Amino acid sequence: MSKPVMAAIAALTISGGAAFAPAALAQEVKVGVILPYTGIGAEFARQMDRGMELYLKLNPDQVKPYTITFIKRDSKAPSGAEAKIAIQELLTQDKVDALAGWVYSPDAIASAPLVTAGKKLAVIMNAGTAFITNLAPDYVRTSFTMWHAGYALGVAAAKTLHAKTAVVAYSDFPPGKDSLEAFKAGFEANGGKVIDAIPAGGGGAVPDFTPFFQRAKDEKPDVLFVFVPAGDHAVAVAKTYNALGMRAAGIKLIGPGDITQDIKLQDMGDAAIGLITMHHYNADLDNPENKRFVAAWKKNYGADSTPDFTAIGAYDGMAAIVHAVQATKGKMDGDAAVKSLLGWKFDSPQGPIVIDPETRDIVMNEYLAEVVKGPDGKLHQKVIGQIDHVKDECKAQAIGPCAPKK
Amino acid sequence: MNVAIDFASILLGGLAAGTVLFIVSVGLSVTMGLMGFVNLAHGAFAMFGGYIIVLAMNRAHFSFPVALALGFLGTAALSVILEQSLYRRLYRAGELDQVLLTIGLIFIFMAALTILVGPQSQPLQLPPELGGQINLGFMQYRTYSIFLICVGALIVIAIWLAFERTRIGAQIRATVDNRRMAESLGVNVDRLFTITFAFGSGMAALGGGLGAEFLGLDPQYALKYLVYFLIAVSVGGLGSVVGVYYASLLLGTLDFVLKLYLPKGGTIFIYVVTILVLLWRPQGLFGRKSA
Amino acid sequence: MSRKAVPAGPATTAGRAENPAARILIGRHRLRWWEVLPWLAAGAFYFVFRDYLGFGTSLMITILFALSLDLALGYAGIVTLGHAAFFGAGAYTVGLLAFHNIWTEPITSLMLAALAAAVVGFVSGLVLLRTQGLTLLMLTLCTMALLQESANMAHDYTGGFDGLPSLDIAPVFGRFEFNPLYPDTQYLYTLAILFACFVFVRTLVYSPFGQSLTGIRENPLRMHAIGAPVRRRLVVCYTISAALAGIAGGLWAQTNAYVNLSALDLDRAATVLIILILGGYGRLYGAFVGAVTYMTLEHFLARIYPTAWQLGLGLLLVAVALYAQNGILGLSDVLWRRYRARRATP
Repeated sequence: MSKPVMAAIAALTISGGAAFAPAALAQEVKVGVILPYTGIGAEFARQMDRGMELYLKLNPDQVKPYTITFIKRDSKAPSGAEAKIAIQELLTQDKVDALAGWVYSPDAIASAPLVTAGKKLAVIMNAGTAFITNLAPDYVRTSFTMWHAGYALGVAAAKTLHAKTAVVAYSDFPPGKDSLEAFKAGFEANGGKVIDAIPAGGGGAVPDFTPFFQRAKDEKPDVLFVFVPAGDHAVAVAKTYNALGMRAAGIKLIGPGDITQDIKLQDMGDAAIGLITMHHYNADLDNPENKRFVAAWKKNYGADSTPDFTAIGAYDGMAAIVHAVQATKGKMDGDAAVKSLLGWKFDSPQGPIVIDPETRDIVMNEYLAEVVKGPDGKLHQKVIGQIDHVKDECKAQAIGPCAPKK
Repeated sequence: MNVAIDFASILLGGLAAGTVLFIVSVGLSVTMGLMGFVNLAHGAFAMFGGYIIVLAMNRAHFSFPVALALGFLGTAALSVILEQSLYRRLYRAGELDQVLLTIGLIFIFMAALTILVGPQSQPLQLPPELGGQINLGFMQYRTYSIFLICVGALIVIAIWLAFERTRIGAQIRATVDNRRMAESLGVNVDRLFTITFAFGSGMAALGGGLGAEFLGLDPQYALKYLVYFLIAVSVGGLGSVVGVYYASLLLGTLDFVLKLYLPKGGTIFIYVVTILVLLWRPQGLFGRKSA
Repeated sequence: MSRKAVPAGPATTAGRAENPAARILIGRHRLRWWEVLPWLAAGAFYFVFRDYLGFGTSLMITILFALSLDLALGYAGIVTLGHAAFFGAGAYTVGLLAFHNIWTEPITSLMLAALAAAVVGFVSGLVLLRTQGLTLLMLTLCTMALLQESANMAHDYTGGFDGLPSLDIAPVFGRFEFNPLYPDTQYLYTLAILFACFVFVRTLVYSPFGQSLTGIRENPLRMHAIGAPVRRRLVVCYTISAALAGIAGGLWAQTNAYVNLSALDLDRAATVLIILILGGYGRLYGAFVGAVTYMTLEHFLARIYPTAWQLGLGLLLVAVALYAQNGILGLSDVLWRRYRARRATP
């Protein structure tokens, strides 16, 4: 090879490098994260932070050649207003390429006009009120709606558990009401009957569940369906159920997986044994992807820590964002990013998931699980049934506010 | 027979809920009645004590009684330090400055526990003899509720005896009635307040630990339940130990009954009852007129 | 609630020039040069901190809310922990009217919000203002909690915790639209409303009515003795204060295009109380100083350290409580007087 040719190649490479320099800068993708880092949702926020982080750690090849930077903001109390100010500044000051997070539905609902105006991909990683995705064309949800587990459990309670009657006790705020509606719809469509619905305190402070469960016990249903927010509420539910001797009275306690959230399961003690829940994720799921995920989690965050459904929503959400980054070659134009996720399929630790191209909401498997005591003396969730490819029934059946906007 | 069992289970449920309220609130009532100090951080002491108790059991594997003692002493010690360094300087200041100080303390407690222990809630692992159900002869009932009711009754008797039969109790009563007169009779009000403050905070700590079975325990505790503590104190009457006891049991039982038969009403009852009581007797059920 | 009473000697025409107390009394409603500064600052903020207009808007709404509380707490001495009841009443008035497409014109909506809040304030004031101290505190708190619980139970109309989404607010004067991403209109609109309300409050507190409120705060017995209708004045003041809080709530609903139960929350009532005490109550500008200090600190601490920003805020509150009497403005008064005294004594 002659010298001139060498020089030409060198020049080309250099100029090529120079030409690609702006592209190299664009390799950074900024994700604005809105989570309640303080207040009652702070533990959720930490789980979700870890879920997002762990996806990036476990899948560096998927992310290359881009780097993802997080800009985290506290959404504080669920008033909508605080989250909006944070999002407005993320969009106009930090010029983020995508938004992610949202633990509380009110924050996601209030943010909708802003997200619409901002024209950036916005991935909801927890907030579960069903109709949220109707409010802004840029919302994509990787978590769940209350209908996913509630409706599926209604069906399973009638068909698998052969229950005829049910009493529902729920925290008196929208996820509770949604759960009640969903369970009732699934249960009564399959021949069951909800004989009483008891609002059991609010979603904030933990009430004393004794009077509510006493009432349920007196009504002698086959199953008691409980929805309460994950966390302290759920621990109190298991303890009260046990203390009132309801199992001996022949009443099964069932609910969405919020009441057996993995991070709270061990706290419930033996009171939780025999609880039956329906959910899209628990840390004991037996598949290779989940094994890898849980092992990595324990390695990074301590042997006592465990992922749960909030972490998986964030993990899958991060996978969705990375997919959109690759599909748009790092440009992250809002419309294109959302479009790239319609019908997107992913092998998540929770099993295969798809983003429904019609609703931008998640489609996933739901697992019926029973709490058992393992040989290690700890509590585990054993899958006893499974429903594949579950859609959000609220939007599928266009119930109430889930009907598409006129 | 069935009616009797229903009645008994309602009564026991209500009493247990009321007892938790009482154990946390009694210290608040005495300190507010004694010095007129608006100590909104009282719930933070309950939270702090609860953390000591639960962590002592879960991490250091102390037994339940030892953990309770540690919680009481640790919180009492901390409260003396804070009383000497901070509270003391604001005894003569307006109540609004006291509000500012104690809300500031709540923020500091909440943030500190989040940083040191983490945002997650702390479970109380009861010793096995207190879990499950106990046979009362004519019915089964939750063992822990019965245990709480007994503890609450013991505490109120002990405090009542201390108030009525000891010198220091007499001094406290005198000071609540008329502080200036007590001072001019030679009662060392400052020292008295330090003692009652430490004791009240220690009681709050016990309440935080004992009540964790029902109320949970996380960094938000100090704010989440503050309203209920204040309601118990204002309905019972400032400075009245027996008043807070009766008020707590009354509120607990009433709330329990109404939730059982009218669950659709939500938490509305406790507020309605409080408003009605306070309009009827602004000084509380057992408070003195002049307060 | 001890405050230095200005010695109120008889201000006869003859005594005016000599009596310094009288001079203070006569001159105290006059505009001082520095009273222009907050408004200049608010105007400059619009041009300098273009990216912070959303924050600025919510800051001004908080100032208005704190100002309404100052009227009740600082001037009339009504210690309340339930002021969010009126904020919420205003917010829900605007929210419900807009959500059901009944009325969306912003300025008249605010008037309706003020009216609704005033009604709530008047009725509750009639019943509650017979009490004081802890009892009044608890009664106001429980009334607010009752309203919040009712709003939750009326979920079908109010949307409960999830709130009323995507409120459609008509453009201001039919021309200036609210843009969620670049809240220029929201900012200027809020500034204008805040200014109007401030002028009103300032006039009110220096009027004979305002003076009699201060009298009631300092010594209700003496006011009774000189024949002032104490209860009636308190109720009127409480009602006006409620109306202003209602306007703040209405503004909040309009600029956010959203209302939920948090409008009626204890959190909100407690925060505004803290802000007012922090700034200094009973002195008009305490609301400004308190809100700016508290919210700026909160906003930026939360950006730097999202999980534990409350620590910094807590330390500030404790420090101000210990070293200042009557908030930051009280502290600056003391420092200013010391400085003057040092210069006076050579």
